[in-house]
Order: sequence, then structure tokens, then C-alpha cells
Amino acid sequence: MTQKFENPVVELLFQLADDDYLFSYRGSEWLGLAPHIEEDVAFSSITQDTMGHATVYYRLLEGLGLGAADSLAHIRPAAERKNSILVERPNGEGCYMENPRYDWAYAVARSYIYTTAKKIKIDSLKSSSDQSLAEAAVKISMELYYHLLHWKTWFVQLFNATEEARNRMTKALEKVVADSGDLFSFGDAASEITNASLIESEQVLLNRWTEYVKPVFETIKVAVPTFGKPERNGRNGEHTNELQDAIDTMSEVYATDLAAAW
Amino acid sequence: MTAVDTKDQIYQVLETIKDPEIDTVSVLDLGMVEHVEIEGGHVTIKMLPTFSGCPALNIIQGNIERAVKTVENVDSVEVQFIFNPPWTSDRITEKGREGLKQFGIAPPPKYLEEDGSWHVNCPYCNSEYVTMENIFGPTACRSILYCKSCKNPFEAMKPISTLM
Repeated sequence: MTQKFENPVVELLFQLADDDYLFSYRGSEWLGLAPHIEEDVAFSSITQDTMGHATVYYRLLEGLGLGAADSLAHIRPAAERKNSILVERPNGEGCYMENPRYDWAYAVARSYIYTTAKKIKIDSLKSSSDQSLAEAAVKISMELYYHLLHWKTWFVQLFNATEEARNRMTKALEKVVADSGDLFSFGDAASEITNASLIESEQVLLNRWTEYVKPVFETIKVAVPTFGKPERNGRNGEHTNELQDAIDTMSEVYATDLAAAW
Repeated sequence: MTAVDTKDQIYQVLETIKDPEIDTVSVLDLGMVEHVEIEGGHVTIKMLPTFSGCPALNIIQGNIERAVKTVENVDSVEVQFIFNPPWTSDRITEKGREGLKQFGIAPPPKYLEEDGSWHVNCPYCNSEYVTMENIFGPTACRSILYCKSCKNPFEAMKPISTLM
């Protein structure tokens, strides 16, 4: 039996919100660990902006009667999350609290792919049939400009640096691409989302992304990656165990007192 | 007192609400106030957030609600953050630009180069001989620069435009 999606804007908002929430969480785990202090300032600033974007989407959901934004962000279990697999993956081995052995090449590759995909979606959302979403997209787009500039610089410079840097970036990019099968997917709600003209179709966005990143991939002499069919589709609530761990850590303080005003 | 007087008084109060992190500029100087509406004793103030993740927004909201409530004939105040029109850095007034400089922050550039790059002068000595150290700064809205003339590090308000 096919699932019906009565309100496709809710489906899309959860996908956008959960993507930015998890991407921001993974970014925040890098705080104090980035390769140098200027990067620590930049990365944490991007992470803060991104959590702001998640908040914008969760507040729109709150306005649609789905519950308080904070509880939508913190309390929903992994099975209800609609983020892509790419953003839930840990930063590497270890934990930020002790002995983190995070991989900077992976951080750069993931951030570049995620941020360029976000750019393509945000541009399309500017013409969304949903007025609130279209207005939010205009706002987010102006901040995203700086994020794109940042990750593009790292991505190109590391690929074109030493042989070791190139090898590490190549491996990191392979790992990112393997997890990006659902990045442009809208899951089972895809036709309802597209039919409601909330955003353009998966294929249109994917083609546009390929064109958008092509000049950058030419600079690093790497073919633009193609994403396979996802093993798990995060848009349908299919996730790795790593997601629940991330949610538990992120919501630990909030969950200690659900009635408190923060 | 007429509604016009009340509105004038509300704007006078808003002039006293400073950015919690930059006490030389008010929310009016920053161009964050879009609309003030009075219906009987209820006041609705529509505000434009500078950056969507700015943690100062909640503080600003609380400060405005408390202060405007003290105006005569005002019973209740609601502050709403809206995205349309979007806040852009060209909404900062001339007074706001002066206030930023007093705080040691270069006001945002008025123009962007064709390639998106931008230039500001040192807020201390007005030298053009400055370098960008980090496009990201201690808060979402600021960048970190260095003046090679007076040898001071300084911050600049990032340009934010819908052309970006």
C-alpha cells in the first residue's frame, strides 16, 4: 500500500530541518579541534548559522501545529528523522570529549558536498509555492554565500596540495559520495512534494548541482561524482545507529527537564 | 494622548534598545525595525533578524517587550521576527555606521566588487591598507581584519545582500 502524505510541506520541512540540525551538530563536535584557531572561529560560526537555519524550519513546523520547535529538534527519535545519511555519520573515530581522531579531509569533503547541495535546494525554494518557505530561503541564501566560499576554498586547496592531501581527500570524497544517495531524494513523499510545487524535482536539482560543481571539479581534475541508489533512505526514516547516539548527546540537557524555559 | 504620540514614544524607546553586543548602536540604527502597529493598547513590533542564528535575538526581543510596555497607553507588546523583507546590511543608518566605528567595528561596505569581494577602511585610522584575516568572526555578523597602518586588529560588519 502506498503511503499518503496529506501535507507535503510538513514532509519537506522535516527533511530540511533535520538535515541542518545534524550537519550543525557534527560541526559543533569539531569545536576546539579544527586544524588552526582561525578555522575554529570560521567552522563554529558556520555551525551556528546552520543551527539558525534548522531553527527557522522547526519554527515553521511549530506554526503549522506540529509541536514546539525545541521538542521537534530534540525529542523525536531516530526512526522519525528525515535527514540524509551523510549528515548523521560521525566525524571519525573517538569522541570529542576524549581522544577524538577526527578526519579533517572528511569534514571538508562532507561540508563541500552538503553545502553545494543545500545551495541548489535553497535557490529552488526561493520560488516555492509556500510563501513562508520562499521567504526563509531568501534569508538563508545570504548566509550560505559565505559558507560556500569557505568550503570551496578548503576543498580545492587540499585537493591541489601535497600528494598525501590529495590521497586523503580522494578517500574522504569516496566515503561522502557513498553516503549521498539520498541527499537529493525526497523519499516516498517525492511526488506529493513536487506536485505541490514546493521545490523542483529530484532529477532537476541533481542535474543543476552537477553543472554547478563542474568548474570546481575541473580545477581539481576529478570527475563530478554520481550518486547511486541509497542503501538506506534517511528521508523515509531509515538510519544508522550513529543517528540515535547523536540525538541522545545533543538532547541530553534538554531532556533533563522538559518543562524548563531555556 | 493620540496614537501618533504613542508611536513617537515607542520609537523613542526603541532608540534606547541597543545591540546587546554593541552598545553604541540601537535596533533602529541597525535597520531591524520594520513596522510598529498599535491597536488599542496592544502593540505589535515586526523585526527583521540580522542573522538567523544570532543568539542576541531573544535578548533583544525581551528588552523591547519590557521597555515598550512602560509607554503610556500600552498594555501589551508582541515582538515578531519576520523574513520579508530580508534584513540586508544596507539597512544600517548613517548614525548606525558611526556607532559601529565608535565601537571599533568597520561598517559594512556599501558596494561589492563584481567578483563578490569587498573592501573596508580601518575604523581607527581610516587607512585603506588593511588585510582580511578571517571572513568569519566572533559573532555571525562580523569578520576579522588587520590594519597595516596603525597595526590594530579590528572587526568589520559583513556585507549581506540579496545579490549574494
